[in-house]
Amino acid sequence: MKIVVLSGSRVGSKTRTAMNYAVKVIHEKYPEAEATLLDLAEYDVQFSDGRNYMEYEGDTKYVAQTVMGADAVIIGTPIFQASIPATLKNVFDLLPEKALRDKVASIIVTAGSPKHYLIAEQQIKPILSYMKAQIVQSYVFIEEKDFYRKEIVNDDILFRINRLVEDTVMLTETYAKIREAKEAAYGF
Amino acid sequence: MDKYRLDPNKGLEFGVYTLGDHLTNPHTGERIPAVQRIDEIIEFAKLAEEAGVDFFSVGESHQEYFTTQAHTVVLAAIAQATKKIKIGSASTIISTLDPVRVYEDFATIDLISKGRTEIVAGRASRVGVFELLGYDIRDYEELFEEKFELLLKINEEEIVNWSGQYRAPLKNAKVLPRPYHGWLPIWRAVGGSPASAIKAGFAGVPMFIAMLGGPASSFKRSIDAYREAARERGFDPATLPVATAGFFYAAETTQQALKEYYPHIHEGMKLTNGRGFPKQLFAQGADTRDVMNVGSPQQIIEKILYQYELFGHQRYIAQMDFGGVPFDKIRKNIEIIATEILPAVRKYTAKK
Repeated sequence: MKIVVLSGSRVGSKTRTAMNYAVKVIHEKYPEAEATLLDLAEYDVQFSDGRNYMEYEGDTKYVAQTVMGADAVIIGTPIFQASIPATLKNVFDLLPEKALRDKVASIIVTAGSPKHYLIAEQQIKPILSYMKAQIVQSYVFIEEKDFYRKEIVNDDILFRINRLVEDTVMLTETYAKIREAKEAAYGF
Repeated sequence: MDKYRLDPNKGLEFGVYTLGDHLTNPHTGERIPAVQRIDEIIEFAKLAEEAGVDFFSVGESHQEYFTTQAHTVVLAAIAQATKKIKIGSASTIISTLDPVRVYEDFATIDLISKGRTEIVAGRASRVGVFELLGYDIRDYEELFEEKFELLLKINEEEIVNWSGQYRAPLKNAKVLPRPYHGWLPIWRAVGGSPASAIKAGFAGVPMFIAMLGGPASSFKRSIDAYREAARERGFDPATLPVATAGFFYAAETTQQALKEYYPHIHEGMKLTNGRGFPKQLFAQGADTRDVMNVGSPQQIIEKILYQYELFGHQRYIAQMDFGGVPFDKIRKNIEIIATEILPAVRKYTAKK
């Protein structure tokens, strides 16, 4: 199982901190899974110009192909100006329509204010649904007070991320079985 | 329809197109050399002619896993190897070519084929061809519109005066040779959406519409929009032909056809498009109401007749060689077309 852990911002450290922890959980609990951390702060990704994702070059191609090759994507995002950052939206824009078909997506949000709680529900989930992802419905919402010097200091958040990783792996395995059974039923 | 060498009394025309893809056969893991693929495409055209197929066309695609980038050269070989089948492109990417040169090539092929040649001009689905041939993808739309207009003008006028943005002006230019009958049928290739169909209607040119999969009734909206747009600009839709193009594969039973063809489409699209073809959609494609003409001969006949009733089109163009389909299967398909499908389609669509 290929899990891509996507840290969706070039600003700050909180999303990356949370995603580091998610990768650690995957490594510890699911050593057979292949976890790839994609921190957009580390790549020079161009804006989408509408071409097929295979036709980009360099970092842009790497990021697009890595997401396309995943069975599951754990999306980490801060909230800027009451929305997701442009860096993350650009990754969606680089990919084809229905790019997340047969993939599982789950969400971790870091935010400066509890007022942003529903942004995942109202802005990220519609994008993931449109792109045909199987969505892990519960997401993890982390506030500034849960971090201290690039560590998560709230056990409740750690527990929630543990559960999110567990749900992501479980849904990915289950969905693969559903698909296998469905495709076998077609008999070709 | 006379102008476009189509006779409605004979019913729906049946054509074949190949994109010249050069892919591994997923059933065997083998990929034939390019030289064999091109030979087989020429052979394919001869078989189609023998089977009574009306039209054979070759597309250009400038990316990995394709062999007919120089599609006009392949068409010239086909013109030489055949005697009566109509031939053409599917499609010529006019945006990144010089319309003068394209016209010279096709007029020459038309002379070799003694008046059997047509052009289908399209817009490319990839940016690679723009980089390869030195154009800016930002000019995507205007490049096509300007060059397509020039191509039509060269077809109508033997001495051309023209100036535009993407090519040096033409002053009293004679574009030679002239085609066998002095004129070539030129079609506009469009994807499935009504927006691009409307543009073809506005230009009052025949439309070649690609349909990968989905309900035929959805594509009917594009065809209606095309005819309506043509009417708005003062053209008579009854004089403008429509050709539909899409996947085709026949086997003894529909289940057998799905089983044989699916891996070709799925694996081939993964390599050329970066995404496979969902099995669920492919399975649904067997439904009579879906445009994908994959199934038993009887099922395909029903589908084509259903589409004919819905679209009232003049030509259907089948793609049956995508994704490394081996030549013996192409031969088998052509045989089924000749013995079962063509007689039925002609019987039910020709005016009595």
